[in-house]
This record gives sequence, C-alpha cells and structure tokens, in this order.
Amino acid sequence: MDPRYEALYEALKNVHGYIYPNEISLTWSILIVEYPYITGLVAGAFILASLNRVFKIKALEPTYIISLLTAFAFLLVATMPLISHLGKPLRFWEIMITPHSTSAMAIFGFVYLWYLMIVLLLEIWFDYRYDFVIWSREKKGVMKYVYKILTLGAMGTSEKDLKWDKKIGYFITVVGIPSAFLLHGYVGFIFGSVKANPWWSSVMMPVIFLFSAMVSGIALVLFVYMGINFIRKKVQNMPTLDSIGKYLFYILIIDFTLESLDQIHRIYEANESFEIISMLVSGKLFFTLGIMQVTVGTLIPLLILGLFQFFKPADKIRKIAYFIISIFVLTGVFFMRWNVVIGGQLFSKSLHGFTTYNLGFGGQEGFLMALFWMIIPFGILAFLLWLLPPWKKTVH
Amino acid sequence: MNLKTEKSSRRKFLNTVALLTGGLLVSSVTKPFNGLLAASNKPEGNGPWYGIGIDIEKCIGCGRCANACKEENDVPRVPFYFRSWVEQYTIKNDGEIIVESPNGGIDGFTQSVPDEDIFKSFFVPKMCNHCSKPPCVQVCPVGATFETKEGVVLVDSNYCIGCGYCVQACPYGCRYIHPEKKTADKCSLCYHRISKGIAPACMEICPNDARIFGNLRDKEGELVKFLKEHTCHVLKPEMNTGSKLFYNALNQEVK
Ligand code: SF4
Ligand code: SF4
Repeated sequence: MDPRYEALYEALKNVHGYIYPNEISLTWSILIVEYPYITGLVAGAFILASLNRVFKIKALEPTYIISLLTAFAFLLVATMPLISHLGKPLRFWEIMITPHSTSAMAIFGFVYLWYLMIVLLLEIWFDYRYDFVIWSREKKGVMKYVYKILTLGAMGTSEKDLKWDKKIGYFITVVGIPSAFLLHGYVGFIFGSVKANPWWSSVMMPVIFLFSAMVSGIALVLFVYMGINFIRKKVQNMPTLDSIGKYLFYILIIDFTLESLDQIHRIYEANESFEIISMLVSGKLFFTLGIMQVTVGTLIPLLILGLFQFFKPADKIRKIAYFIISIFVLTGVFFMRWNVVIGGQLFSKSLHGFTTYNLGFGGQEGFLMALFWMIIPFGILAFLLWLLPPWKKTVH
Repeated sequence: MNLKTEKSSRRKFLNTVALLTGGLLVSSVTKPFNGLLAASNKPEGNGPWYGIGIDIEKCIGCGRCANACKEENDVPRVPFYFRSWVEQYTIKNDGEIIVESPNGGIDGFTQSVPDEDIFKSFFVPKMCNHCSKPPCVQVCPVGATFETKEGVVLVDSNYCIGCGYCVQACPYGCRYIHPEKKTADKCSLCYHRISKGIAPACMEICPNDARIFGNLRDKEGELVKFLKEHTCHVLKPEMNTGSKLFYNALNQEVK
C-alpha cells in the first residue's frame, strides 16, 4: 500500500457515522494549532509590557523588557508553522505579493508585518538605542561594531535625545496596544469567519482568542521571568510575581467568562449543529477540553490565584505555585487552540459523523516538527537576552 | 457669489443629498427583495452561465459518475478523495438517518437496514455546487481559486499554495488537498470538456439521465426546463453560497 495513504486507511476504520469522503484527512494539523498559539503568546506578552509602560506599574517593571524580547522572539517564528504546513511552502510569498483582498488569511500577512516591523522592532530599538551607544563605546572587538551598527548611526546621548527616545517609545506603545489587539483578534477572525464550520463560526471568536492570548502571554512572561532568575541564580522578586499573578487572575476570569458565555449561548440556542457538537465535546474532546483546557488550564489556576488574592502562604510556596500555574495556563491555552483547530475538523460538515486525528511522530506535520517550532523561539530568546541583556541596561 | 446663486446652489446641494438618501432608502428596501428573487448571484453578460440539475428520483446509485470522474480527472484511486461521489440515505421508521458512501459509491451499494425497518431510502450524488457566492473563492489568500465568467469555480494548481483554507470554507466537503500535487483539488465541471462543447464525464455516463448540466441563461435550454418542471432545492441554503446545483426531490435530511 502507498505509505502516503496508510494512515488514512487506518482512519477510515475509525470513522464514526458518516463523513464526507474528503473529510477523512484533517486539512489543518498540529502546526495550525501552533500558529494561533504562538501569535497569541506574542500579543499577550506585548500587551503585558504595554500595560506596564502606559500605566507605570512599578511591580511589573522588571518584566517590561523581558516581555518585549519574548514577544519578539515568538513573533519571528509565528508564521513558520503556517508556512511549513503549506502544500507548497515555497510559494508562501504569493500571499504577500498577490494577496486576495477578501481573504482573512491574506490580510493577516500585512497585519503581521505591520506589527513586527513597525511596532515591535521600533519599540525595542527605541528602548535600547541609548544602551547600544553606551555598549558600542564599552565593548571591544566585533561586538563593538555590532552595537555600533545597531545604533543605526543615532549616537546622541544627551538628556534631550533620551527624552525623545522615551517619547517616541511611548507613542509606539500606544499604537502598539491596538495593533496587538488587532493581530490576535484577527487570528480569531480567520476561524470565526468560516461560516461552513459551526464550531468556529462565532462573532465571539476574535474576542475569545484575544483574551486567551493575553492569558497565555502573561503566563509565558511569568514562566520566562522565573526561568531567567533561576538560571541567573537571582532571587525571585515576590511583589513582581504577585503582581503578574494578579493580572493573570483578572484576565483569566474575563477569558473564562467569555468562553463560558459562548458555550452557554450554543447550548441554549441548540441549533442544528448542537447534537454533533455536544457529542464532540463529551466524546472526542473530553480530554483536551474538559480536562486540559478547562480543569488544568483554567479552573485550577483560577482557584489558586483566587486564593492568593485573599490569603498569602509563604513566599516559597507561592513561588512554586506561580511556576506551576504558568505551565498549567500555557498548557491550557495550547489545548484551547487544539480544541478549536483540531476539534473543528473532527466532526463532519454533514453533521452525521466523526473522523479521527492521529498525530504522527516524524514527518512534515508530525510531533517532532511541532516541537521544533516550539523550541526555536526559546533559542531566539536566549540569543536576544545575550545580545541585549536587560539587566545590563542603564536605568534612566 | 451673490445671494441668489448661493441660495440656488444650496438648494441644489440639498436636493442632491435628498436624492442620495432617498435613493439609498429605496435601494435598501428593494435590495433584500432582489436577493430573495435570485438566490444566486448572476453576473453581467450574456454568454453561457452554467448550472447543474440532479434528479434524485432518477438516481439508481450505480456510482458510475463517481468512477468516470476519477478516470477523467486524475483523482487518486483510493476510497477517499472525490470530486464527485454518491451518498445513500436511509431513513428508518424510528427516524434514525443512516448515510453511507463506501468508496464514494463506485462499487455500488448494499442496504444494511432490513426492509421492514426502512421508512425511505434514496441516493444523493454530490459534487461541487459551483456556487455563485463561493466561500472557497472568498477565503483563498492568493486568488488561486476563482470563478470563470461561465460560473465555473476552478483552482489554478500552478498558483495554489496548498493552505487548505478553501477546504475549510466549503460547506459541502467538495475539496481536498491533492496528495500528489499538494494543491487544492475539486470538480472543475470538466472545464476541459465543456469548453470544447462536450458534456462533463459524469453527465455523459449517467445511464438514467439523472444529471443535467446546462446554461442557466438559456430559457429554452434543458436545465431551465428541468427547473421549471420540478420543485428543486439546493443544499444548505442557509449558507447563502448561491449554489447552482439544483436537486429535484431533495429531502430536508440531506446535508
Ligand atoms: S461547492 Fe464548495 S468548492 Fe464548490 S464552489 Fe461551492 S464552496 Fe466552492
Ligand atoms: S489551498 Fe490553494 S486554492 Fe485553496 S485557499 Fe489555499 S491557496 Fe487558495
């Protein structure tokens, strides 16, 4: 048998009820789960940084630069799972060169570029410009020139220059917040606007994507911040952790409320897709939705974070709890994306049956590939932290 | 500018505004009616505009259309991936609906439900609806999926990037990513044949004339006659895809 079809023959045996014959293979695999996941992490981390800057939250300050660098590292990779999933990856640039204006996916390319080039890069550059100048004077050898190039020739270090850096940086942040909202709301729209799929088609989708993005981004910053302190053998700053925890708690409540609202709405309206969707939720998605997304990713973190708002156990316990919560929330949001992307393809659009998804190990769309795209941003982040160490920045 | 001309130009302006708003009001009232009158979205022009008719009462479920399509169009010979397939619907006395399409109907059908339990049973041939408001075209990020002026929805496989968005957007499951070409594939209404004046392979082979294809603009044509003489419906009308595949005797259970 043609090895290309082996898995599909296997899937054919596991079809329940009736599916359209073309629905046997899931068109969008785990890589498309990662794409909104990573984009969400970017938007979330950036929004945390921006809130920090705009509202000048003292306790969050140590995470500001880390959030930005994290957002940047993940943004560089965000479209890679999407591109590597394409049947013709080498034609991906057609999206940018000949975009089709009614396609949500086509316009995403531009939203992405706007965000990457205009917002994030500029913001980081203005934040670091002064340091580039200083480092280019202090360092020796190649690095001297690297930093010099990074200044792009803007070598001014006067009070006035600094003021300008700050002013423009602030302006970019203000533009950046709606941009981040746009970036991820847009990803939600890519799914929410597919009227053929009742599990996706919802006006709530962009909003839900946005809030879950914030939740995941905050959790990621918490994770990265604690990880950096751990590796650098620095004490964890408890007010910072508590503060991130507090924001995570609030946003998680909003996120949970919105998602529940969407589900309640579906249940109450109970239109023609209701039966198949409730079978989906109580069957094939029970583990990934009921256990991973709702229980592990939402309820447990909500309970613990909620408790911390009233009762604060010893620092050591809180520290461990925050670290575990960050992992739980990150896992939960990953499965939220999974439930949307994979879940939406498990039932037939004939509403008469289900297919199955088998995540292969190797191959273009297998587990290893997915893992690869999850690890790369951490590698990029490590490099960025080495090149642009936030802890060596001049405080001004 | 003297007072008089100023006044008259102001009046002119007000008139224009009134006209525009009035026009808008009228058109916004009449528009939905137009929409109702023509569920599909007929383009300008007077060349052929193709549609399809399928008579469920005539379909005997032989599956020869599905086979002919695979032969004609280089569709992988596996029991999945079809440009054209046939479904067998069986509605049981207790209301349960059973749908089957083993190998797309190519090998024929057997009835798994005992006769005495069957309320009714029928075959539904499926293929691309060549929608006139096609969601697959709407979502394609590079415009590789497009509608020809004859109302045929096609994929340019030299241009398609294989993103699969159109596969997700088609409510009828008519598309798949071709496992060898790695680009989207679907019924082309045998465009290579119809442009030479030959009927699509599936239409030609049907032994019972259950499938008709024709020009919707041709008031004397076979398809328009078919639509006139039968009560026809499209699949999933609530999707508002402007489907041009019209079924006679379509049960509401069919999705
Ligand atoms: S039936 Fe599907 S593939 Fe065919 S035109 Fe309509 S939406 Fe597109
Ligand atoms: S798979 Fe091809 S035809 Fe379909 S939306 Fe993507 S680029 Fe367009």
